[in-house]
Amino acid sequence: MRLLRIVPDDTNFDFIRFRRISFPVSGALSILAIVLYFFHGLNFGIDFRGGTLMEVQAKSGVAELAQMRSTLAGLDLGDVQLQQFGSPADVLIRLAQQPGGDEAQQAAVRKVRAAFGDSVDYRRVEVVGPRVSGELLAMGTIGMFFAIVGILIYLWFRFEWQFALGAMIANMHDIVLTIGFMSVTQIDFDLTSIAALLTILGYSLNDTVVIYDRIREMLRRYKKMPMPELLNHSINSTLSRSVITHVTVSLALLALLVYGGQAIHSFTATMMFGVVLVGTYTSIFIASPILLYLGVGTTRRDAEEVSSGAGKPPASSPAKPPAKAKTKS
Amino acid sequence: MLYFSRWKATSILAVALLVCLCAVPNFFPDKVVDTWPKWAQRHLVLGLDLQGGSHILLEVDSNFVRTEKLRNLQDDVRRVLRDAKVGYTGLAIRGDGVEVRIREGSDSTLALTKLRELSQPLGGILGNTGQRTIDVSDQGNGTIRLAVTQAAITERIRQSVEQSIQIIEKRVNELGTVEPSIQRQGVDRILVQVPGLQDPSRLKALIGTTAKLDFQMVDMNNNPQDAAQSGRVPPDDLLLYEGRGGQRVPVLVEKRVMVSGADLIDAQPGFDNRTSEPIVSFRFNTAGARRFAQATQENVGRPFAIVLDNEVISAPVIREPILGGSGQISGNFTVQSANDLAILLRAGALPAPLTIIEERTVGPGLGQDSIARGKLASYLGAALVVVFMFATYGLFGLFANIAVAVNVAMIFGILSLLNATLTLPGIAGIVLTVGIAVDSNVLIYERIREEVRAGRSAILAIDAGFSRALATILDSNITTFIAAAVLFFIGTGAVRGFAVTLGIGILTTLFTAFTLTRLIVAWWVRWRRPQTVPI
Repeated sequence: MRLLRIVPDDTNFDFIRFRRISFPVSGALSILAIVLYFFHGLNFGIDFRGGTLMEVQAKSGVAELAQMRSTLAGLDLGDVQLQQFGSPADVLIRLAQQPGGDEAQQAAVRKVRAAFGDSVDYRRVEVVGPRVSGELLAMGTIGMFFAIVGILIYLWFRFEWQFALGAMIANMHDIVLTIGFMSVTQIDFDLTSIAALLTILGYSLNDTVVIYDRIREMLRRYKKMPMPELLNHSINSTLSRSVITHVTVSLALLALLVYGGQAIHSFTATMMFGVVLVGTYTSIFIASPILLYLGVGTTRRDAEEVSSGAGKPPASSPAKPPAKAKTKS
Repeated sequence: MLYFSRWKATSILAVALLVCLCAVPNFFPDKVVDTWPKWAQRHLVLGLDLQGGSHILLEVDSNFVRTEKLRNLQDDVRRVLRDAKVGYTGLAIRGDGVEVRIREGSDSTLALTKLRELSQPLGGILGNTGQRTIDVSDQGNGTIRLAVTQAAITERIRQSVEQSIQIIEKRVNELGTVEPSIQRQGVDRILVQVPGLQDPSRLKALIGTTAKLDFQMVDMNNNPQDAAQSGRVPPDDLLLYEGRGGQRVPVLVEKRVMVSGADLIDAQPGFDNRTSEPIVSFRFNTAGARRFAQATQENVGRPFAIVLDNEVISAPVIREPILGGSGQISGNFTVQSANDLAILLRAGALPAPLTIIEERTVGPGLGQDSIARGKLASYLGAALVVVFMFATYGLFGLFANIAVAVNVAMIFGILSLLNATLTLPGIAGIVLTVGIAVDSNVLIYERIREEVRAGRSAILAIDAGFSRALATILDSNITTFIAAAVLFFIGTGAVRGFAVTLGIGILTTLFTAFTLTRLIVAWWVRWRRPQTVPI
């Protein structure tokens, strides 16, 4: 039986040289994402902004959007958004946060229920008061912070600090680009988006760690191989795995994206972008080449030259320049 | 790497099988499972987003608790000083305390001593923390300040939440729904989760109503209309309103409470004998009955007000003394509202008002849809992955698929064992695990391919592939596990469901990668003695 080979065995792409393209491109995209975040903003869902979300289904089978809109406009509820999704009977209604505290949000729901009466099925009603939304946002931000710190500490223990730093830069890159994506698409940014961001973080790191693991192994085995070559070799030899894994993850995500339904749509869409596109790209084109600049492997060469035959290499060594010169070539 | 002793192989299979078996109760209807022994009954609970239901987060009005605490303190100070025959002026609530001026300087030592007796150690005789409920201090000029400590207010809020939970439990149980869950959250919050409700308005009305019932005499000497218009309410009265035929009619009632709802021992909905209108009949305890009898004896011919949460329900005239300790409330009830009021009165009043600060309700229809979608997405995702793995690795892909299947079964087993809640994001977590679980196999197989290319013999390549890949698998999964753990601690509801399945998925992935896949390949190697690796 012929087996599928997505990545040919003898692949030897010069990923490290490609950094001259990938770094500026990533830098530009990151800046663009940050600009978008500040000037275009995220479409904060009710979790973080407070307000009401109602998913209704017209019992008649077809929702009269215009009529519903005018009915709601007559209720004096401020900013009301209606959006059709899925079947023609399904409508999402979003009410902005009502002034007047928690009780006012409940009153708004009662008004809408009274206005539509029995003509629709209330499939989902979510009301988040002003205080809860503030807390959820704070929790989300703190959570992101602790996740990053936790992972960094772990990497720092398992690898050298340069790896942890490289992974962190890659991490930031992932999150910034994903937030840019959310800003462009104006996908609902809610609690599940935080979950998506954290999962992207986890998986992107998962990927990065696999390559770093290989780099570390190569560093131990090939004491004299120049860093760019060593990094290239590491990336190329794990490339097949990276691609295959991402195909399987995308297949699983694709199923969720198409059939998962409205409730997790923003979650799966974000994951698709973050894990499949950005995560893979980052670990190959950013996380690994950046190790060059962080000085990974320099002490290794020095150590060997200084301590040949002396058993254990000394921890610190002042002779840095030759290795560095070679790295930059 | 490829050698397994007999007992090791047996225990690996036993663990996998045992964990998988834990998932079995989920495949039987609840009725069947209920007849099984207790230890075998553990099963998955569907989250509210899948079975439909309401998630309602309530907050105790801490301002109310604080104000009430201060008012009580004010009353206590008044009583203590009066009992000690100490003259005072300017007794008032200031900030988080009560201040009073003692008229005669010679009295101030006595007043201080007496007032200090009001302060008690916090937490009673048991959990004594050295803190006290009130700080009594001499402010000079004969002014004494009694400041309620923050700890005392927090303690009072905690008690209020505790009592409220019991009362809400009673009320919600009366609705006859299955498995409502009522939990404290944080200091001043209560989370109520009730599955399977089409319309939560009734639930919200039942848990959001304070239901403070008081019987107070109506003040007939002053005109309520005037008081309502001028805003001048006699000092011993309260201006309340009664809903009568769609209008709100002002009623002046005396501040003094004759009997309160706390003295009720029973309340039942019923119908009036003469008018056949829905009513609520009630019964007082002995003390309440005695006070009610006395009050009605003294006030025959005068109306009294039945006040529920500062709203007059009705104000009937006392025709004759009510001595039996029971009576009935009528007043524009429907059958349901009479029923609900009876429920509220039986359960008792909430110690402080509760506000709904978050609500998430999913109708049963959407829940059903979500389950169907979740199933479809899972099957499709799994099928795609299985086919792809087989196309890529052939026989070894099949091994991987077996490992993934066992993996998913184990996830369900562990979730059942924990009685965990399965949410839609949770299903997403499982589907994602299917995608990532094969990663461990991919890592191993790719490594084997490399070793083969490096010129090793089949068995050596397989052995080296496993031993080198496993370290990587461990490292890469721990990072994801950290993210899942953080998500579990910060997340609520649905997000937490995702974190749980993701976290468990990582653990089972590690287990299958380190044991099961290895065992299958080891068996195959022993059986075929391969010269080449078919991947």
